[in-house]
Amino acid sequence: MQPFSALSLFRQGLSGQKGWAPQWRSPEPKAEYDAVVIGGGGHGLGAAYYLAKEHGLRNIAVLEKGWIGGGNTGRNTTIIRSNYLFDESAALYDHALKLWEGLSQTLNYNVMFSQRGVLMLAHTVHDVQVFQRHIHANRVNGVDNEWLTPEAAKAFCPPLNIASNIRYPVLGGALQRRGGTARHDAVAWGYARAADALGVDILQNCEVTGIERDAAGAVAAVETSRGRIRTRKVGVSAAGHTSVVLGMAGVRLPLESYPLQALVSEPVKPVFPCVVMSNTIHAYISQSDKGELVIGAGTDVYTSYTQRGGLHINTHTLDAICELFPQFRRMRMLRNWGGIVDVTPDRSPILGKTPVPGLYVNCGWGTGGFKATPGAGHLLAWTMAKDEPHPINAPFTIERFRDGYLIDEAAAAAVAH
Amino acid sequence: MLLIPCPYCGERPELEFVYGGQAHIARPADPSVLNDQEWAEYLYMRDNPKGPHAERWRHTHGCGRFFNLVRDTSSDTVLAAYRTGQPRPALPAGGKPR
Repeated sequence: MQPFSALSLFRQGLSGQKGWAPQWRSPEPKAEYDAVVIGGGGHGLGAAYYLAKEHGLRNIAVLEKGWIGGGNTGRNTTIIRSNYLFDESAALYDHALKLWEGLSQTLNYNVMFSQRGVLMLAHTVHDVQVFQRHIHANRVNGVDNEWLTPEAAKAFCPPLNIASNIRYPVLGGALQRRGGTARHDAVAWGYARAADALGVDILQNCEVTGIERDAAGAVAAVETSRGRIRTRKVGVSAAGHTSVVLGMAGVRLPLESYPLQALVSEPVKPVFPCVVMSNTIHAYISQSDKGELVIGAGTDVYTSYTQRGGLHINTHTLDAICELFPQFRRMRMLRNWGGIVDVTPDRSPILGKTPVPGLYVNCGWGTGGFKATPGAGHLLAWTMAKDEPHPINAPFTIERFRDGYLIDEAAAAAVAH
Repeated sequence: MLLIPCPYCGERPELEFVYGGQAHIARPADPSVLNDQEWAEYLYMRDNPKGPHAERWRHTHGCGRFFNLVRDTSSDTVLAAYRTGQPRPALPAGGKPR
């Protein structure tokens, strides 16, 4: 691996930046691996990296049916925060946030993590009360979150319209200053490069078509579009397609896959200093370092695997954005797209073992998986290596739906995770 | 936006409808005899197929009635529409549109 530094950049500059090698190999699949991760997004690549880095496994493959980072890793709005209500969730998401804080150094790859602050707006008395409860719960759990009056919110985010005569006036907001954004592609590439340097085989255009189990029911091999691969450990990190992949092993999950859309504007000069979210009128917005306003909203109403949705969802979102930020009314939107998100009944993820020995799952992140990328990878690796969950992901089992231990962030926030 | 064929009113835009999730999930006749696993299956487990999916819709801003669609979730093509209470219709192989 060629290390990235100011010095190496300068040296390469002397030869026209022509001396760089590919950042990861494109190997042929081996006949057998000690562990296989299905899904080459940030979560799956992260799991492979931590398996190699922290658990000493070397013979690992990541199977990706398309190209790495081409699924939800490349389709989200890159918002990172950890201000969740329940203890289990706060521990999980803050574990990820702490890993984000050192990730560029860990990977020697600039993931452009920017703690510019995530401001969640309150528009009703109910919002205010719920956010106050969130703030107190977060602070008890060691997660930073503070209340801003409308004037303080305006000072923090000058484009915000705090006029009292709009349909949903801003009554205040909850600010997590440690929250922010990161460069989504760089996260996938950084993990891929670091994992590859530790010997992980990243197999792109390699779609899993079956999971073989032995006489005892345990995982024995996976069938792929590039041949059969023997392995005793499989971690599935396939986001919207998790039901399909785990169905190959006969595992049923409480998941439904919905399209979630996002869009970006034409690029402009820096106009937007932070991330603003509104659950009530259902929109969120930030500005990328390229200058585009990155805008997202809620899912379409029906389940689908098409990676596209209805234009009326985007229109509704832009109505809300234009009400809060009237100066953006004349901006043109450049692109919109969809990703497929796997949603659980309680809107908390499933991360742990399955009923099949040797088969592990990381799914159900719904509309908010990007923020968890390093944490999810780290905990999936731990669970696969030790065949038992880390204390942080121990509550996030499939069995919680049988046993009644839901982690009901759906009820806590109602929408927009 | 989907164009949804209500069996009572004909084709209308998706905005007139509310989605009701997977169809043909019957409430257990005697819930007290179910064990926890069976109850979780009824409450939470869903097929979530990539392909034909039987699902409930309600024409909220029209006739107000519930009905079922079979829709291919890999293309969003509507394959069949039928009234509540009727069995899921058999589809021609390959899932041709209506």
